[in-house]
Amino acid sequence: MPAVTVEHIIKTYGKKKEVLALNDLSFDVAPGELFGIIGPDGAGKTSLFRILTTLLLADSGKATVDGFDVVQSYKEIRKRVGYMPGRFSLYTDLSVEENLNFFATIFNTSIKENYDLVKEIYVQIEPFKDRKAGKLSGGMKQKLALCCALIHRPSVLFLDEPTTGVDAVSRKEFWEMLKGLRQQGITILVSTPYMDEARLCDRVALIQNGAILSINTPAGVVDEFSYPLWAVQSPAMLPLLNELKALPFVKDAYPFGAYHHVVLNNAAAENQLHQWVQQFAVTNVQAKKITADIEDCFIALMKN
Amino acid sequence: MRTIRFLLQKEFRQIFRDPAIIRLILIMPVIQLMVLPWAADYEVKNIKLAVVNQDHSEYARQLVNKITASGYFNLAAYSGSYNEALHQIEEDKADVVLQIPAGFEKNLVKENEATLFMSLNAINGVKASLGGAYLGSIIQDYNRLVRTEWIQMPRFSPETQIAITSSNWFNPLMNYKYFMVPGILVILLTMVGANLTAINIVKEKEIGTIEQINVTPVRKFHFILGKLIPFWLLGFVVLTIGLTIARLFYGIVPVGSFFTIYVFSAVYLLAVLGLGLLVSTYSSNQQQAMLLSFFLMMIFILLGGLYTSIDSMPEWAQWITRFNPVSYFIEVMRMVVLKGSSLADIRIHLLIMLGFAVFFNGWAVLSYRKRT
Repeated sequence: MPAVTVEHIIKTYGKKKEVLALNDLSFDVAPGELFGIIGPDGAGKTSLFRILTTLLLADSGKATVDGFDVVQSYKEIRKRVGYMPGRFSLYTDLSVEENLNFFATIFNTSIKENYDLVKEIYVQIEPFKDRKAGKLSGGMKQKLALCCALIHRPSVLFLDEPTTGVDAVSRKEFWEMLKGLRQQGITILVSTPYMDEARLCDRVALIQNGAILSINTPAGVVDEFSYPLWAVQSPAMLPLLNELKALPFVKDAYPFGAYHHVVLNNAAAENQLHQWVQQFAVTNVQAKKITADIEDCFIALMKN
Repeated sequence: MRTIRFLLQKEFRQIFRDPAIIRLILIMPVIQLMVLPWAADYEVKNIKLAVVNQDHSEYARQLVNKITASGYFNLAAYSGSYNEALHQIEEDKADVVLQIPAGFEKNLVKENEATLFMSLNAINGVKASLGGAYLGSIIQDYNRLVRTEWIQMPRFSPETQIAITSSNWFNPLMNYKYFMVPGILVILLTMVGANLTAINIVKEKEIGTIEQINVTPVRKFHFILGKLIPFWLLGFVVLTIGLTIARLFYGIVPVGSFFTIYVFSAVYLLAVLGLGLLVSTYSSNQQQAMLLSFFLMMIFILLGGLYTSIDSMPEWAQWITRFNPVSYFIEVMRMVVLKGSSLADIRIHLLIMLGFAVFFNGWAVLSYRKRT
């Protein structure tokens, strides 16, 4: 039995239902899976999470969490999911320990009972347990929020953009923690706008404008990318990009870090590009063949 | 039950941790009760009187003496010309001008009647009409005095006279503080009950904590009780502080029993807490909740019979007051404090208030949703 099933979920906003947030979304998440939902801001990630955590009603479609229907058996779901909203939403005027204690007690459990689950994370914030939650740093807040979402030993954990606005080190630490939790058998759904985090998931769903572009393992997503990809660099990057875009054998070109990534129409075009680069050898244009990243796949899917 | 205990624990922790709320709850009633009753006084005193005395007779002097001795008038100016006195009014140094024309005493003695001229500054309407009335009655009194002096006292009075005097029941000295203090106390309770509750719940909405609570198995009913009980108890604290101040500063000891007041307050607080809850379900941020409560508060106070008597309002406004919980409580407070009404006397009020409580809370509970 899948931990989460989503079948043809549609959600619109506005009086005339003019804003389509989720457009006929369907997917399954296997138990114990670390499932990433990757998409830009406004893709519908938060709406999806709010529907699955029984906070929002979908216009149509069915969804289950841990085998329970999100509409009929919402009470059961609330007992067994953990939800960490994108915005820090714990009591800022209560201390770290009081927050954790409060969320443990309203789930009819205690910190002691599930301490083993949160231990690794909690020890990092334990030195500040008497500090008010509002006075913690951003990374600490995320850790506390994760502890509070975990303290009742949920079977499914929903993390809505947990790493947005968190520094690179804390982000890395956070993903380490998620890996640890997966080993405890907790199904984790995590949404993020960062493509580099997709690699750390078991499977990812790339979504945009409320529709799924692709669901696959991170390696599978990359494999789906069937065009040759090159990275091109020169001292004059902007004119180079315009020239690359104008070439007939180039499917797409976009800036990517220190390089421009160039997607070619077919394998034959590789030679053409090579020749083109040779012509500009004086102006120091360099080109090399690379393998596609998730971000390249996403850009390709978005533009199709 | 266990859940409620933890919700209450959390709620009290937050309340006691917020020094602003504690200060508000303790200091607000003290200041309001110590300042407002002294200011909110309808008796018009210290009317500034300018006398234009063009007669300079014994009778004129007696009249002025009598007026200034009444305690209502302060002699602000004494001049010989009306224009000069009018100038005093223009400069706001006088409210009333009394002109005693030349020949006042002569006419009174010779022709048995004389005229006086009175002009009032009507920019402050209440002061003008009350001042005019006071002055008129003092002059009438003076008139009677003069005439009794003239009548040769016969052994038996040939004229039978009926004099009408009035005495005020329950507040014989018409001490306005007795009237205002219980009313202000009601307003205080309403503010603690309705505003604090509304803002407290909306704050959870605003900072997003309600979202985190909504995904837990905490039941709607528990959550709402967890919010209502602390403010219900705080209401009693404010009431007790208020009654203590009324006793210490104004010597107001309710003629009726404290028990009656507390029983009615218990039901009343339930009603206003329900109102606060209702405001919070329809507001999405603290500003909205604040403005909405402020709007309701204005109506409640001005149509509650605190400052103006409900009986003198137009018919349609009286109908509005019937839907105003504050008006019932103000009436009950005055009934119990001044008249000594018992629970049996206020049973209709109590029933109506119970109705308000059920209505507001029921509506609020029905419209509060854990999901959207």
